[in-house]
Amino acid sequence: MKILVCISRTPDTTAKIAFTDNNTKFATEGVQWIINPYDEWYALVRAIELKEKDPSTVLHLITVGTSDTEPIIRKALALGGDEAFRVNSDQEDPFYIASQLAYIAKNEGYDLILTGKETIDHNGSSIGGMLAEILDFNYVSLAVKLEIEALKATINREVEGGEEILTSSLPIVVSCQKGMAEARIPNMRGIMAARTKSLKVSDPIDAECLTKTSVFSLPPAKAGVRLIPAETPELLVKLLREEAKVI
Amino acid sequence: MSILIFVEHSDGKIKKASLEALSYGAALASKLGLDADALVIGKTEAPLTELGGYGVKKVFHVGPTETSSTDTKIISNLITKVVEQINADVLVLSNTLTAKGVAPRVSVRLKAGLVSGAVSLPEINNGFTVRKNVFSGKAFSDINILTAKKIITVNQNAFEIAKTAGTAEVVTLNLEIPTSTIEVLAVNKTAGDVLLSEAERVISGGRGLKGPENWGLVEELAKLTGAATACSRAVADAHWRPHHEHVGQTGLAIAPNLYFAIGISGAIQHLAGVNRSKTIVVINKDPEAPFFKAADYGIVGDAFEVMPKIIAAVKALGAN
Ligand SMILES: Cc1cc2nc3c(=O)[nH]c(=O)nc-3n(C[C@H](O)[C@H](O)[C@H](O)COP(=O)(O)OP(=O)(O)OC[C@H]3O[C@@H](n4cnc5c(N)ncnc54)[C@H](O)[C@@H]3O)c2cc1C
Ligand SMILES: Nc1ncnc2c1ncn2[C@@H]1O[C@H](COP(=O)(O)O)[C@@H](O)[C@H]1O
Repeated sequence: MKILVCISRTPDTTAKIAFTDNNTKFATEGVQWIINPYDEWYALVRAIELKEKDPSTVLHLITVGTSDTEPIIRKALALGGDEAFRVNSDQEDPFYIASQLAYIAKNEGYDLILTGKETIDHNGSSIGGMLAEILDFNYVSLAVKLEIEALKATINREVEGGEEILTSSLPIVVSCQKGMAEARIPNMRGIMAARTKSLKVSDPIDAECLTKTSVFSLPPAKAGVRLIPAETPELLVKLLREEAKVI
Repeated sequence: MSILIFVEHSDGKIKKASLEALSYGAALASKLGLDADALVIGKTEAPLTELGGYGVKKVFHVGPTETSSTDTKIISNLITKVVEQINADVLVLSNTLTAKGVAPRVSVRLKAGLVSGAVSLPEINNGFTVRKNVFSGKAFSDINILTAKKIITVNQNAFEIAKTAGTAEVVTLNLEIPTSTIEVLAVNKTAGDVLLSEAERVISGGRGLKGPENWGLVEELAKLTGAATACSRAVADAHWRPHHEHVGQTGLAIAPNLYFAIGISGAIQHLAGVNRSKTIVVINKDPEAPFFKAADYGIVGDAFEVMPKIIAAVKALGAN
C-alpha cells in the first residue's frame, strides 16, 4: 500500500494574530511555526501506525510551500515517513494548492491520501475534497477512526450528534481529526534519520487561482466583563434574561 | 441567472442551519436582483412549498429515492448537474459537516471559487468579496472570488433566519443517481436532545468541575435552558465526557448566542472554538483566569457554591 500525507505549516496555536502592509499580510515576525495540528497528530500519526502494522507500506509526505516551510516537513519526516515532496510555491488559493498536490499524487499512484480536518489559519476544510475531486477518488471528511484491510477502508466519521461507520473502496482521500491517533513526540533516532531521508523539491505546475485574499481584519474588542458578586448569582440570571436576552 | 441554495433535511424536517442558508441566499439574491431557488436531495416528508417563506421561488427536488449524504461524489455530482441545468451563478450551502465534504468537490467540478465559513453577505461593489473567519476565529479575511460561478458556505448561527408568508413551486427532477462504492454500516447517535453544532445555548464544563460525577450541574442547567452540553479538551482527554463534546481549536468550533463556561480556564486554544459566541458567561474561582478577558458576564466564585444558586434562580424564572 502507498500512502500520502498532506502537511501544512501554521502559526503556533498561541501566536499573536496581527497584520501588516495595510492589513493584507499576516505579521510573521516572532511567530513560531508548527505542523498544522490536525495534519501532525491525526493524519501523520495514523499513517505511521498503519505502516507499523504493515511494514511494506510506502509512506510519503507532501507540502506546498516556499523554502520557509522546509523545517516543518523535516520535522514531519522525523516523526515518520519514507520520503517527502515540497512544491515550491507561496500561493494560498485552495484550488491552486489542491492542483499541485494532485499532480504529484497522480504520478505516484497512492491508495490512501490523508489530510487534516482543516488548517488552523485558513480554516478552509476544503483542500482534501478538492484533491479527491481532481483525482476522482472517494472522499470522507472528518474521520475519527480509520482501518485498512483487504484493500478496503473502514472509517468512522463525525456526523451531527454522533458517528457513522462506513466502508469504502480504495483509492480514497480522508480528512482526519481527533480520535484518529494519539500525538507523538519525535525521538532522537527519528530526527537523525530524517536528515538523510529524501526531500524532493519541485516547481509548481500551472494552475488557476479561483480566489484571492484581499484584506484581513480583527474582530471588535470585547467591552469588558461585567462581574457579578458570587453572593448574588440570581443577578446574573436576571441580566441574562433582561439585558442579554439569551435565556 | 439565479442563486441556488442547497437545503439539508433529516427526520422530515429542514435543518435549522439550512434555514439560515436560505435566508442568506434570499438576501443575496435581492442584493443582486436575482431569483433565489432551493435544492433538496432525497426523500423527505418536509413540506417543501413552505420554503417559499424563506424567500425562494422554486424548490428543485431531486427525489424521490433515499439518498445518503455520505458519498460526497454522488451528492456533488447531483448538485453540479442542477447548478448547470438552471444556470445558477451562486451556490449557497450552510457550513455543515455535509457541506465540508461536498462543497470543495462542487467547486472543482464547476471551477467555481469557494469561500467556506462566510460570516456576512458578500460585498459586490468592487468585485465579489466574502468575509470569513480565519485563524480559528481570531481574525476575518475578505476573500475575493475570481470566477464567474461562486460557492459560499455560511457559518452556522452567523445569519439570522428571516421568515415571511409565501409558498414556493416544487419542481421534481429525475436525475440518475450513480451507484456508490461507499457502504454505511451503522450510525451511532450519542448526543442529547440539542445538537451542539446547532445549539443556541451551550453550557460547558472544564477541569474545575473535578470529575464526571459533578456534571449534573452542567446537565441540569442545560436542560432548564434548552442548551447543549460541551466541555474543554482536558475534560474529554480525561474521558470525563465524550469526545464529540469537546470545543476549541482541535474540537468543534461553535457560535451560540450563549456560551456558559464553568471551571474552564480559557486557554487560547479553547477560546478559538468559542470566541464567536454572542454572549459569554464565565464561572471560575480564579479572578486571574484568562477566560474573564473574553467574557461578557462573570462570577468569581466556587462553581459548587454558585451553580446550585444559578440553577435555582433559573427554575424560579420558569415558575413565573
Ligand atoms: C495545539 C493545542 C490545541 C488545543 N486544543 C484545545 C481545544 O480544542 N479545546 C480546549 O479546550 N483545549 C485545547 N487545548 C488545551 C488547552 O491549552 C488547555 O489545556 C485546556 O483548555 C484546559 O482545560 P480546562 O480549562 O478545563 O482545565 P484547566 O486549565 O485545568 O482549568 C481549570 C479551571 O477551573 C478553575 N476552577 C478550579 N476549581 C474550580 C471551582 N471549584 N469552581 C470554579 N472554577 C474552578 C480553575 O481556576 C481553572 O481556571 C489545546 C492545546 C494545544 C497545545
Ligand atoms: N500548503 C499545503 N501543502 C500541503 N497540504 C496542505 C496545504 N494546505 C492544506 N493542506 C492539507 O489540506 C488540509 C485542509 O486544509 P484547508 O482546506 O486549508 O483547511 C490540511 O489539514 C492539510 O492536510
